[in-house]
Amino acid sequence: MNMNILIVGVGGQGTLLASKILGNYACLINKDCKLSEVHGMAQRGGSVVTYVRICDKVYSPLIEKKNADVILSFEELEALRWAEYAKDGAAIITNKQQLYPMPVITGKVEYPDDIYERLGAYNAKIYSIDALEIAKKLNDLRVVNVVVLGFFAALLKLDKEKFKEAIKNSVSASTFEINLKAFEEGAKNV
Amino acid sequence: MKKLLLGDHAVAQGAFEAGVKVAAAYPGTPSTEITEYFSTFDNVYCEWSVNEKVAMEVGIGASMAGGRALVSMKHVGLNVAADPLFTYAYTGVNAGLVIAVADDPGMYSSQNEQDSRFYALSAHVPMLEPSDSQEAKDFTKLAFEISEKYDTPVFIRLTTRVAHSRSFVEISERKEIEFDYKQNISKYVMVPGNARGRHVKVEEREKLLAEDVNSFDINIIESGKNKTGIVCAGTVYQYVKEALPDYPVFKLGFVYPLPIEKLRKFASNCDDLIVIEELEPYIENTLKINGIKARGKELTGLQGELSIEKIKEIILGQKSVPVKENLPVRPPVMCAGCTHRGVYYVIKKLNLNATGDIGCYSLGCNEPLNAMHSLICMGAAIGNTLGMEKAKGRDFSSKNIAVIGDSTFVHGGITGLIDAVYNRSNITVLILDNSTTGMTGHQPHPGTGRTIKNEQTHALDFEALSRACGVHNVSTLDPYDLDEVENTIKEHLAKDGVSVIIAKRPCVLLDKSAKSKNCPQINDCRKCGMCLKLGCPAIRKNKDSTVKIDSALCNGCMVCEQVCKFSCIKKSEGAK
Repeated sequence: MNMNILIVGVGGQGTLLASKILGNYACLINKDCKLSEVHGMAQRGGSVVTYVRICDKVYSPLIEKKNADVILSFEELEALRWAEYAKDGAAIITNKQQLYPMPVITGKVEYPDDIYERLGAYNAKIYSIDALEIAKKLNDLRVVNVVVLGFFAALLKLDKEKFKEAIKNSVSASTFEINLKAFEEGAKNV
Repeated sequence: MKKLLLGDHAVAQGAFEAGVKVAAAYPGTPSTEITEYFSTFDNVYCEWSVNEKVAMEVGIGASMAGGRALVSMKHVGLNVAADPLFTYAYTGVNAGLVIAVADDPGMYSSQNEQDSRFYALSAHVPMLEPSDSQEAKDFTKLAFEISEKYDTPVFIRLTTRVAHSRSFVEISERKEIEFDYKQNISKYVMVPGNARGRHVKVEEREKLLAEDVNSFDINIIESGKNKTGIVCAGTVYQYVKEALPDYPVFKLGFVYPLPIEKLRKFASNCDDLIVIEELEPYIENTLKINGIKARGKELTGLQGELSIEKIKEIILGQKSVPVKENLPVRPPVMCAGCTHRGVYYVIKKLNLNATGDIGCYSLGCNEPLNAMHSLICMGAAIGNTLGMEKAKGRDFSSKNIAVIGDSTFVHGGITGLIDAVYNRSNITVLILDNSTTGMTGHQPHPGTGRTIKNEQTHALDFEALSRACGVHNVSTLDPYDLDEVENTIKEHLAKDGVSVIIAKRPCVLLDKSAKSKNCPQINDCRKCGMCLKLGCPAIRKNKDSTVKIDSALCNGCMVCEQVCKFSCIKKSEGAK
């Protein structure tokens, strides 16, 4: 598996944990890996991106535009914002959640209502999953990120057992069970 | 064993393996995780210091006494720590002292794009720059050896993309090392007579290192077919390897002093020499001063980060893919339930000028509140407010308020407060005390009564401290109570003498247990739009202009209830 993955969303949605799980997965399948994260100011509800590169030898921790094999988005508008990073034939997987940015809340601009249409203009396969609804059913809104990861892993037919191990290596013992459930629920939705 | 570590973690890991006994820092993005990671190790001392200057002094003390020490900070923190550093560069070390400094090209979380490499140059302190996590660990260990061999503190320079990128690192065993403490007045007491002698030593060691640096194997030449040679360091090297695979590359591990003779030889084999570096033309100018023909900044510019795309564009003329989508921007915002929001709402309502400071509350400058009007550096709010009063008079001061967070107040605000009282001013200082260092990820500070290891310690009492500084008008209030906030601010602005108001409530992210239960309900919304003026990310407008509160985001602060003109927002049944 050689793969460039962009994980995007809104600060606070758990892009960091999702990327850490992917990094630990790379370790388990004996690949080189680099992750580039955003901390600090950008985490306060801003648009965030984490780059994940899994390859035999990785130099740059960043991904160029039109070079991502997969975009995992935790929010619809963010899926469209980062879609230009998708390479031809890439998979764009988005959570169906919409979070209004401040210019929309203050009424300066409208939240676009044609996101899927515009995503359709990219030469990519678009998938969506209502991860928030699944997380609500699991009674833990924080696991939206791992639900999306579960969908991704099942879609790409990645090694499920190794993925579970990667989750175990990435989360605290007390949250392992709920994250595992979230992963499996996400996988079921493919 | 290998681990997937941030560059920051790897610096801490390297320091631990190198036998470091003492690590000190003040949190600052992108350097915070160095010290957080070091705090996870047992049997070593680690602290959040009140600011970078104290952290540096603690590190120097440890080094002088004979224990290896690591001091970490972001680029602007080095300004605060510069005073002790410049003199410890004269005395030299006993056990090694390494200073990790993280620059932030592109200003992801900073107020400027200062280039720390010039500190190395002007303080005469060697500087190494790793390009990934493995190097961050290896270079940190090497830095301790250099520190002791050449009798100098040593910098490890990171940038955001090294500090906050994860890659695999081989973990090794820790090796203990300790030096005896020997009193040495001529070395450690920098009165002028002794300092003159040490300045001679500084020049001697620098000359020696400037020669030796040419044979260090962390300065690497990688051959390539192209006739143009590239000089780079740090994360830029990683971009160059992907953007320009057939170019010969001189990858610098040492950025101060530069291996000039090795570079001269490299240049002589190239038709053209291009330095690709972020921020200032530091490497480029050093080459030029030494008579090596090079160019760089005419291509790269001074601002922001570089990337594979940018390098392809400037060197190969390949244009990057233009941005197509025109979308609503998503700037960072104060969280739903943020304890600062209501305070800014009142500041705006009272039409005050707010002299601001650095922290989550800096976001009060953004739409729709637009209620913080200056930000310079850590602690500046208080001195700035005093200066405004002295320039504009007492009346101006009664419409001006200093806004500063609890951690920032301890870092750099206390001296300003003493100054304001001493100089007979009438300023009002609002301490936004959310019991944590929020923006950098919730670190404890002296006001919280907890150490970095979560041990209990004395909790600094802001009220008592203010009174001890000579402030007579001191009030503490709940920032969720807007009437109390408004009345207290008005009252203090009218008073003569310095006032301190402490708006005290823990950051909403610290305790989310009551969360969804407390989300209010809206009944019969009259579309007045007042609640939207709070700029709360949990409140959104429906197509028909009524509003809706997103229970997945709401933290139940009930500030919106207090601004609704028609009392349409009510606590849910069963709410606490």
